[in-house]
Parts: sequence; C-alpha cells; structure tokens
Amino acid sequence: MSTARRILVKVVTAILVLVAAASVTFFAQLLVPGDRATAILNQQTGRAQLWTPAQLAPVNHEFGFDKPLIVQYLGYVGGLFRGDLGTSYTQYKPVTQVIDAQLMPSLVLTVGALVAAWVLALAVILATVRRGRFVTGLGSTWEALTASLPTYWVGVVLLVVFAVEFRIFPVIGGTSAWGTVLPVLTLAIPLAGFLGQITRDEFEKVLDQPFITARTRGMSDAGVRLKHALRHSVLPAITLSGWALGALVSGAVIAENLFGRPGIGQVLVTAVNTRDVPTVSGIVLVVAAVYVVANLLVDLAYGLIDPRLRAS
Amino acid sequence: MTAAAATEQTEIDAAAGTPLLTVENLRVSFGNAEVVKGISFTARPGRCLAIVGESGSGKSVTARTLVGLTGLNSAVQADRIDLAGLDLTRQSQRSWRAIRGRQIGFILQDALVSLDQLRRAGDEVAEPLAVHRWGTRASRRRKAVELLDSVGVPEPEVRARQRPYELSGGLRQRVLIASAIALDPKLIVADEPTTALDVTLQAQVLDLLAESKARGTSIILISHDLSVVARLADEVAVMRAGEVVEYGPAHRVLHLPRHEYTQALLDAIPSEHTRGIRLVRRAGESVPERVRKPIDRDRPLLQARHISKVFRGPDKVDRTVVDDVSFELFAGDTLGIVGESGSGKTTSARIALSLLAPTAGEVLLDGQPWSRLTPSQRRPLRGQIGVIYQDPLSSFDPRWPVGRILFDALSTGGRPPSSSAAARARAIRLLEQVGLGEEHLAAAPLRLSGGQRQRVSIARALAPEPSVIVCDEPVSALDVSIQAQVLDLLTDLQDELGVSYLFISHDLGVIHHMSDRILVMKDGRVVESGAADEVFERPRDPYTRRLLNALPRLAQA
Amino acid sequence: MSSVAVPPTGILARVSGLRIRVRPGTAACAAIVAVIAVAAIAPQVLTHRGPNAIDLGHTLLAPSLSHPFGTDDAGRDLYTRVIYGARESLGIGLGATGLAMSIAILLGFLAGLAGGLADVVITRILEVAFAFPVLLLALLLIAIRGPSVTTEIVAVGIGSAPGYARLVRGQVMHVRQAAYIEAAAALGHRRLTVIRRHLFPNAMRPLVAVITLGIGQSIVWASGLAFLGLGVAPPSPEWGALLDSGRLYITTSWWLEIMPGLVIVLVALSVTSLGRTLQHRLEGAAR
Repeated sequence: MSTARRILVKVVTAILVLVAAASVTFFAQLLVPGDRATAILNQQTGRAQLWTPAQLAPVNHEFGFDKPLIVQYLGYVGGLFRGDLGTSYTQYKPVTQVIDAQLMPSLVLTVGALVAAWVLALAVILATVRRGRFVTGLGSTWEALTASLPTYWVGVVLLVVFAVEFRIFPVIGGTSAWGTVLPVLTLAIPLAGFLGQITRDEFEKVLDQPFITARTRGMSDAGVRLKHALRHSVLPAITLSGWALGALVSGAVIAENLFGRPGIGQVLVTAVNTRDVPTVSGIVLVVAAVYVVANLLVDLAYGLIDPRLRAS
Repeated sequence: MTAAAATEQTEIDAAAGTPLLTVENLRVSFGNAEVVKGISFTARPGRCLAIVGESGSGKSVTARTLVGLTGLNSAVQADRIDLAGLDLTRQSQRSWRAIRGRQIGFILQDALVSLDQLRRAGDEVAEPLAVHRWGTRASRRRKAVELLDSVGVPEPEVRARQRPYELSGGLRQRVLIASAIALDPKLIVADEPTTALDVTLQAQVLDLLAESKARGTSIILISHDLSVVARLADEVAVMRAGEVVEYGPAHRVLHLPRHEYTQALLDAIPSEHTRGIRLVRRAGESVPERVRKPIDRDRPLLQARHISKVFRGPDKVDRTVVDDVSFELFAGDTLGIVGESGSGKTTSARIALSLLAPTAGEVLLDGQPWSRLTPSQRRPLRGQIGVIYQDPLSSFDPRWPVGRILFDALSTGGRPPSSSAAARARAIRLLEQVGLGEEHLAAAPLRLSGGQRQRVSIARALAPEPSVIVCDEPVSALDVSIQAQVLDLLTDLQDELGVSYLFISHDLGVIHHMSDRILVMKDGRVVESGAADEVFERPRDPYTRRLLNALPRLAQA
Repeated sequence: MSSVAVPPTGILARVSGLRIRVRPGTAACAAIVAVIAVAAIAPQVLTHRGPNAIDLGHTLLAPSLSHPFGTDDAGRDLYTRVIYGARESLGIGLGATGLAMSIAILLGFLAGLAGGLADVVITRILEVAFAFPVLLLALLLIAIRGPSVTTEIVAVGIGSAPGYARLVRGQVMHVRQAAYIEAAAALGHRRLTVIRRHLFPNAMRPLVAVITLGIGQSIVWASGLAFLGLGVAPPSPEWGALLDSGRLYITTSWWLEIMPGLVIVLVALSVTSLGRTLQHRLEGAAR
C-alpha cells in the first residue's frame, strides 16, 4: 500500500472515530433522567416541579427537541463539521462560544506539561539506567512513586511548599508565565514517572544481546545506549504520548481548579454542577478530537521511526 | 599435560608458525561458581582452532572473555593472554574498545537477534569502521558495499540499504560476518556462527571463514557440532565443564580421540554409520544393535494422498506451502521427512495430525477417513496419533507439574484410568518407560533439563497408547549427547511397543540414523523418496545431491 | 517499592506453614494494605473516637500526638475520619475495578477468541472509547445523572474498562497461539475445555498487577471527582469528601488537605506495588 493511500485510510478512520464519539455524546444527552425540557426549566428556575406542555413547548422548540430523533442526530453530527457544538442549556449561548476563550490557556498548560514530562523522563532514565544496582533502583523507585501520584496531591503539595511556605510562586497564578510553572509541574511530574517507567522497562529489555554486537565492534557504553538502545526504547512511550495528551486534559481540569487558573477546567466543572450537558459533551468532544488527531500524528510518526510497521 | 600431549604440542608448534594468541591457565568465575577452570590454548595466523563443547562447557564464556565481554559479576584470571605482544589481561574498558573490531573480530550467533533491526545493513557493516574512525562517511559506505560483495551478498548496493528483517537468514549471517571482518582483524572469534542455519547455508558460511583463513587470519571457532568443526579446524580443543579434556590436531582428535568424552561425543553423532545401532554405549558393551519388530507393509497406518496447502498472505498473495505430497506410514515403521526451512515439512506434519485442514487431498488413519472428518468425529480418535514438539517447554501449560500433564494425557486415551490411584500408577510406569522416575511427578517442567523435558513430552505422547507418533524436530534443540539419549529412547520404544514414527527434521544425519524410508522435500514438493540407504547413497534428484554434498562430515578433517 | 535499592537480605517469615521471603519494601506495603483493610472492616480497632464527634473547643489544630492528623473546622479528629472513610473509599475502588474488569473480560475474550468480525467491531468500539479520558467521561455521566456514589462507581468503571479490555484481548491473542493450546487440542480435548483449563487461567495470570493497579487508580479517580466537588458529599468521611472540604483551608490549615491525600497516595502505591511484586513472583516462578 502506498504511503499516500495509507495516510488517507488513517485519516478517514480518524474522522469515523470522531463521528462515533459524537454519536456517543449525543445519545448520552438522551440519558438525562426524565424529560429534557423539564430538566432545563427545573435547573433554570431552581425549582423541581412538573411543567405544563404549554410551558415546555417553547423550550422544546428552542432546543429542537420536538423534531424527530434522526433529524436531531444528523443535525448534531452535521453541526460538528460546521464547528457547532450545540447550545448550552444554562447560558443559552452556543457551546463553542462558551469554550472558546478558555481553550488557549488549557492548551498551553497541556502541551507544556507534555514537553516538560518528556524532558524529565529522559533525564532520569539516561542518568540512572544500568549504572549499578543502587542508582538504577533509585531511578525506578522515583518513577514508580511519581507515576502513581494523583494530580491533585502533587498540586497541593507543590502549592503548599512552594507557594505558601516559600512564596516562590504565586498561589493564584492566572495565566502569567511564572504562575504557569507550578500547574505545569503538577501535570508533568506524574506523567514523567509513567513515561519513564515504560521507557525504562523497554530500555532494559533492549539493552541486551544485539547491542553486545555493537560493543564487539568497539563502541563505548554510552554510544551503545544512545545510538542503539534509546531509539528502540522510546517507541512505546511515543505511542503513549497520544493517549497522554488526553489524560493530561483530565489533569488540567484539576490543576486549573486548584490553582485558580482560567481554562476549560473551570467551564467544565461549572457546567457539570449546573447539569449543562451540551457544554460538557462539547468539551468532551473537543478533547476527543484532540486525542484522535494527536494519535493520528503519532501513528504516522511511528511509521517513520520503525519502518517495520510501514509494511502493515 | 601428559607426555603424549606434550609431544603433540611440539608437533603443532613445529608445523605452524608463531602463535598469534596465547592463553595460559584462564579461569573465569561468576560469583562463587567457577565456569572456566584453568584452560590453555593457542591460535595461529592462517589456522583455525575449534573449541568444542556442549552447553555448560564454558566455551562461549571463553570466547567472550577473549574480547573482554565476559559479562557482569565475572572474575577473570589468567597467567597469560597475549595477542601478538598485547597483554589482554591488562586492558581497561577504554583500551578494549580500540581492540574490539580492529584487532579482534567477533561473529555472534543468530543474526536476527544480533543485528539492530532498525538500522540498515550497510550501516551495521560500516559501524566498526565508524567507531574506529576509518575514512569518511562516503568512503565508509563504499567500503561497506565492497565488504558485502566480498562475503558473497548479491546486489550489495541494494542490500546495503535494506534492513535485517528484509533479508534472508543466510544473508543476515553474511552481514554479521562482513561487519566482523570490516577492519581486517588478525583474529576472528566466531561463536556458533552456523547454528540455526540450513545445511547449504552452513556450508557457505564455513566457506567464507575458510577464505578468511586462507588470507592469513587466525580463526577461533566455537561450536557444539563436531562435524561442522571438521570442515574448518586445524586444531581442536574439547571442553567439558570448564576444562579442556582433549587438545590436538583436528584429524587426530576426530579420528583417534584419546579422551573417553571425545569418543562419546563422536559416537553420539547420528549418521548413516549409526543406523540400527544405539548411539549411547552402556558401560562394557560392544556395538549394541537394535532388535526390531517386523514392519507390516500391507497395513498402512497413516496415508497422505496428494495433500496440498495454500495459504493466503496478508498481501493477498497465495502461497503454496505443500504441493501434492503423498506418503504412507506402516506399523513399526519410521518415515523421515527432511528438508530445509520453508520446505513444507512441518506443515505436512500438521496436516497429517489434522491440526490443519488440507486445501486438497486427504489423510487416512488406519485405512479410515481422517482429514475429512468433522472435529467432533475426530476427537475420540485422536488418541491413536500423538505428537512430540521441538520445544517441549512451550507445549506444556506453564502452571502444570509433570504429574498433571501425564494424568491429563492419560484421560484422553482409549483406556482412561479408572481411579486416581490407577492414573498415578500408569503415570509412574510412563515415566519409567522414558527413563525418569516417580520423583518427577511433582516436578515443574521449568526446573527440568532440556533432555528431561523431552522425555516428559515423549511420555505424554505415549500416554493414550497411540499407534503413530509425529516427531517434529524433537532433538534439534538438544546437545549432542542428550540428543543421542533421546534418539536411543525413541528407537527403544519403537522396538518395545511397535509404534510408528513420522519423523521430521532438517538434520540429515539424524534422519538417516532414524528412518527406514525418507522423503526429501523442497518448496512444498517431494523431490525424492525411497528407502533410507537408497536416498543417501544413490540420490537421483540434484537437490538431494546438493544437500548431501553440503553435509559436513567428520571425514573432511 | 519492591525493587527499592535495599540489599536483598530477606526476612524469612513463616506464614501458616509457608515460607515466604519478604523484602522490607514489600513488607511495608503489605502492612499498609493490612491496616486499611482493618480500617474498612473494623474501624473501632484503630481509633476510639467517633467520626462525627464534634468538639468546638478544639478546631483547626495542627497534627500532634493526641491528634496525629490534626482536627478540622468542627473539631473532629481527622485521623478518625480517615479511618472511618476507608470503607466507603475502598468500596468505591473495588466496585469500580470489579465493574471494569467484568466488562474488560467479556469484551477482551470475545474479541480475542471469536476473531473476525467480532474482533474488528470490538476493537473499533475500544478505539472510540479511548478517545474519552476517564475523568471526562465520569464528568459527563455526572452531568447527566447527578452526583452519587453509584454514578461514581459506574463512571470510573466504564471509563477504565477499555484500557483493561485491550490488555485482556492482547493476552488472549497471545496465549491462543501458544504451543500448549495446540497440544491440548492434539490430545483430543474439546474447545471449551481448552479455553476453561488453559486459555483463561494463563491469559489472566499476568493481569494480576493490572488489577491491583486498577484498584489504586479507581480510588484516586474517585477522590479526584470528589476534589472537584462532584463526588460523595460531606459530612461523609470518605476520603474524597475530606479532600473537598479541606480545600478551603489549604493555605491556612494544610493538614486537612494533605493528610487525606497522603493516605490515598500511600494506599494506592502500596496496592499497586504489591500487585507488581506478586506479578514478578508469578512470572519468576514461570521462568
């Protein structure tokens, strides 16, 4: 299969996955207990009561609930391609507007955290792999520890230690560069541990037989590590980076909440509290889209690094 | 050293020139275990020293010690390791790097594992050049192509750009050799360079090494295979449990061995000379002959009629793996199927077992339809035909001890044991039949040796009392002496129980030793069939002749 | 934690007739898990106070000998509340993991064994499922059904299932090709027998560590939801709820947020680490 055709197939698959994801969120909205119009009115007025059909009718019309289900579904999915994610139940604004302004700070946080995580992970590995039992043990213990730490805890500890006690960083950083450091670290440290574990396991597996060949040719230990072993062992971690981006968003929600940082985290929590399902769905879809695109890019990049996969 | 050995040594010294590598009293230990217990040998330019031994003999450790890669937690001691004036006992990590690749070339086993799969073959060959700062990038690339050409890689420029997994086994091994000789080192250490290669490829690799030898390189060849060694070696050192038990000129060691271990190793090699004889001599016995049950040629137990198998690959290309193969197996008979990898012999065996359905043709068991049955019709009949695999360990459930494996097999036969006491008694009987004992019932296969595992595998195959056993390369992974024991066991069982074997192997010597009749397969087709002696002494097909020519023989020494 | 750089001088412990070699790190993890188990089953053993014992004279006290974790804004002993919260938190973790593994085994085995269309369909479904991070999926479910313990369990369970399903499927496909599966068929066993006796146990064996990791992760996720104010509501002593109520006091009374978090982290780490040790032990025995 030619490269162009292969790429096309992957892109089409990605789009289909997105459509499927959108279908899931659409049907999720139907799962709201009871009648949707009732739920909206209840939420708005703060009262839980039964409403008359006359009262429900304008709401039904406004949100299109009175149309047949298929039409609603197609309208929803079609709207996605136009960039329309539906209308917020509570704010009566298009969801895209609700999310729009807040997207950038979250993106900065997420991407920054991914980069920072990679740097941390590689540094720890190169320093500690196969250097004698104590050092190696130290490295892998550090990774095991940090990989299991929940985001909020890392954030709280960093906050208490560096912001409250030592006052190096501000408690509420907003979007300033200095104020972004702690949130980025909060997300990066556990991810670095995770990536590090995976890469280390792979590194140890890979630093065996074939690379003795290189040493029989006179290559130095460091040369072997870098040239041969590292290239192989980063493969699984690269694949996981696609997934990591999605996981980072979850972390971002918490980090933003903790550090009072603007971003979709805030929007999301408010939306969940007010049962504003379209907004939540919209955000989830955007994240899903980011995940799918990221994975697509990783997939294509993988083909470059490991040509064995190009054949498949 | 004994007086005779000392005289021999002076003979060798006189015949050849000054030694290139002198090793005296080498000791290597890992932790508390001493693996090499004070051995001495020399290697001379233009000559090949072969170090022969089975697993655990310490030969591979010795090889690696010569390039300073003994491994973690090792302690190396020697009175002298001298490479043309260079003292190899006093090298640091850094100075070793200058020696490896340039003064000493190392050829490893199994190119698939030893080469970096992500790098191009040309880069792998050029690596020693790059590491030792030879030439420029462009000149290194050209030199790599030259080297590939010199080792007989066709279209070297094309191959240099390919990656190891795109090359065939033989080509990969040549790439390894090319990278080892890149800087034209004075000494080449080759650690089992031909294991896992087909006979014809093996011959080609040995030819390449012979060419190097003719150019004046000194070669140290490590192998477990005495016949391979015979082709190339000028001197042979036989190692057992860390010691050199015999050392001398090749023709003498291989034809008039002084040590009983060497003699036992030579006796254990299956070939045309050993047909009808047991390979392992029991103490005090003269040449032991087999007492065979008569073969009933009127009653074919297993018949394959024009079976073919076509596989559709992921690229939608149809590959004919087995093409119009027919054979007959009689009671008490052994039919050997020999071929190189890709010949279709294993697939044919699986079709015979009906673990795979043929695309065309059919298999009959005891005159009745076998392959045409539905799986549920076949199930009760499966007890009649058993199988022994090449790797017994992977054919056992990793959680089960030997006892459970045998109970399970007993329950599937025609006469399942009536109680657990009966099952236990029968399992013990089976173990005794294969040379093990009651104490092995509770053993985990992992803790057993390769030979013991294969015996358990044979016991399992015998449990349902089959009339046919398909043996799929049952001894290929075993050391020579263990191989001999297992082959003897199989022949003993045949003589005792009258069971028939469908014996698959790539090893011509083993096939010739075991079989009454032989099928030679190539590319899915039977190119030659007939009685064993006929096929081997008067081969009609050119492929068979080529195979037999390539077969390394002891007589070549 | 089991591979901590401690020289491997083990402690030989006799436990009900078995001799088990235990490294200090592993012993510590096991101790922690044991303590939490006791806390879940019989909290009274570990503390004499009640979880709701309000004492307005001793509010917001820093950790001390009499109050190892300090007290909260109503004077309740935080240590006691953590002990009493163990039951609910562990319950959520076990419930969510149980649900996730059930779904995963169902889908994984179906895809791995049936192959063909079933495999393709299930793999596609899993691909879509992966696009939803666990937390976000949970939030979606909570937005729809409202916050409650059940929603939490279901959300985390369904959210983490795809990851396990993929692993199970991989395992099943790997074991399927093993020589002993074919050998069993060659002996004449029925397909279902082979699956029951050989395939299932050998496929699931390496996943022990994954399951324990899952329990740890589920506890963490559930508490994450509570941190955002969307989990179990106060005044429940469930750990996540403690995190939620402690947020107000991060800058002033740090122990209210850090201590419950610390307990969660220790439990999650210990469970995961024990799982890994168990895994290595099982794999080592099979090598």
